[in-house]
Amino acid sequence: MAYSEKVIDHYEHPRNVGSLDKNDPGVGTGLVGAPACGDVMKLQIKVSPDGIIEDAKFKTFGCGSAIASSSLVTEWVKGKTLDEAATIKNTEIAQHLALPPVKIHCSVLAEDAIKAAIGDYRAKHGQAKAAE
Amino acid sequence: MATVPQATVVKKTSGSNLPKRPVYLDYQATTPTDPRVVEAMMPYFVEKFGNPHSRNHEHGWEAEEAVEKARKQVAELIGADEREIVFTSGATESNNLAIAGVARFYKDRKDHIVTLQTEHKCVLDTCRHLEMEGFKVTYLPVKKDGLVDLDVLRNVITDKTVLVSVMAANNEIGVIQPLKEIGELCRARGVFFHTDCAQAFGKIPLDVEAMKIDLMSISGHKIYGPKGIGALFVRRKPRVRLVPLIHGGGQERGFRSGTLPTPLCVGLGAAAEIARREMADETAKLLKLRDRFYKSVTSRLPEVYLNGDMEHRLPGNLNLSFAYVEGEGLMMGIKDLSVSSGSACTSASLEPSYVLRALGVTEDLAHTSLRIGFGRFTTESEVDYAADRIVEAVTKLRQMSPLWEMAQEGIDITKIQWAAH
Repeated sequence: MAYSEKVIDHYEHPRNVGSLDKNDPGVGTGLVGAPACGDVMKLQIKVSPDGIIEDAKFKTFGCGSAIASSSLVTEWVKGKTLDEAATIKNTEIAQHLALPPVKIHCSVLAEDAIKAAIGDYRAKHGQAKAAE
Repeated sequence: MATVPQATVVKKTSGSNLPKRPVYLDYQATTPTDPRVVEAMMPYFVEKFGNPHSRNHEHGWEAEEAVEKARKQVAELIGADEREIVFTSGATESNNLAIAGVARFYKDRKDHIVTLQTEHKCVLDTCRHLEMEGFKVTYLPVKKDGLVDLDVLRNVITDKTVLVSVMAANNEIGVIQPLKEIGELCRARGVFFHTDCAQAFGKIPLDVEAMKIDLMSISGHKIYGPKGIGALFVRRKPRVRLVPLIHGGGQERGFRSGTLPTPLCVGLGAAAEIARREMADETAKLLKLRDRFYKSVTSRLPEVYLNGDMEHRLPGNLNLSFAYVEGEGLMMGIKDLSVSSGSACTSASLEPSYVLRALGVTEDLAHTSLRIGFGRFTTESEVDYAADRIVEAVTKLRQMSPLWEMAQEGIDITKIQWAAH
């Protein structure tokens, strides 16, 4: 079981670990996965008044690939609009990190985490329907 | 005291240009062959290469003599007669032969087998296979400490029960079952008692008479012997009969055909002999190392849980759950330690350890477990180094864990509605 260089890099030097204030109206929080399944991701985005993601933070309980997937997406979403961030696909994450088939679910979870964070932000701003 | 043979394969650890071998702490998976064992085996590859079953010449006789000496060495460690030892390719074959062999021989009279949910896969899988042949199998649960409940065992034995198969020591959590009590119970009910001693043989005192054991599976490579050799003890009085799995020239009194691998047999014998002489000292050493490691880790980290009973346990085994840190993620942070994880992610199945689940360990905690195995060549400085690395990695990963954060905020993660995925 060998990890790719990129997975190892994100695992050893995770980007944007931490938390934002979940009660801040400018912050959207996504919490996905389950402890019983062995992975849980918390992804938070801070959105500027003009709708740009200006900061992102994550915390992940999971294997190296799960940690790397969530670390990577915090890098990717920064500077994007909500609509742009919502287009990030798990396949791009898996491809970038060279995840083996047994680890694809880690990239799926990372995609779910972005969507959940965007959904949470939009719900706070009465845009719940627009997100669907 | 012998030293570990010089490593020939070197591995780079990240961030360092110095080649360095990981510290080996997985002695329940396998053990290095003791150099004294290798030395005993060497003459039987090139010089004394004869077929031990060749009855008509010197080459055969010297090989036969070596094999019979090894058989005696194995028998002596468990208080058996050498005629009761059948050499096999390892404990997996021994377990297959014992369980399927007994079941098939007595199938006209009895068709029920009792075993534990925490047995090794080769016992469970053999039983599953026998179910397809029409046998009935009871897979008993264990108590929270991993031990069998003797009252429960007593109650499931019926007039149709032919065999009870209970392992001596568990491969994941190291707990030691009450063999003597189980043996007495089985003998009183006229049921054969088989025990998988892959982990226990050579590690704890075993006596087939005192414990009333009818069949015992033995492994070579768990006791600093070579891989590819094991044995099955088959009681002569009262006699246990078996249908063989491997047919051929009728070697091993018809229980197991095939030419015996003389060097491997000699290696198993030598390993058993060393274990017999050094068991007491080695146990004392391992208990000291294990205690040192356990105290070092638990004094610095909160919420570390021991899986399985501490008292009835192999001296070289620990199985710990590091709450809020997933096992495979943790293993990646301690790449310079060779340990084993009970987490889903290390296996293809994505299911956490069935042994831990049988103990009632919740799935989330099962995902956070590590098996740490100490052995003959483990040193105090390796133990200290391993403890430091684990404390460091767990601390770092907890800072990254959303579950740890929630626990610190007083949120009960078991009360959250998690979406299964």
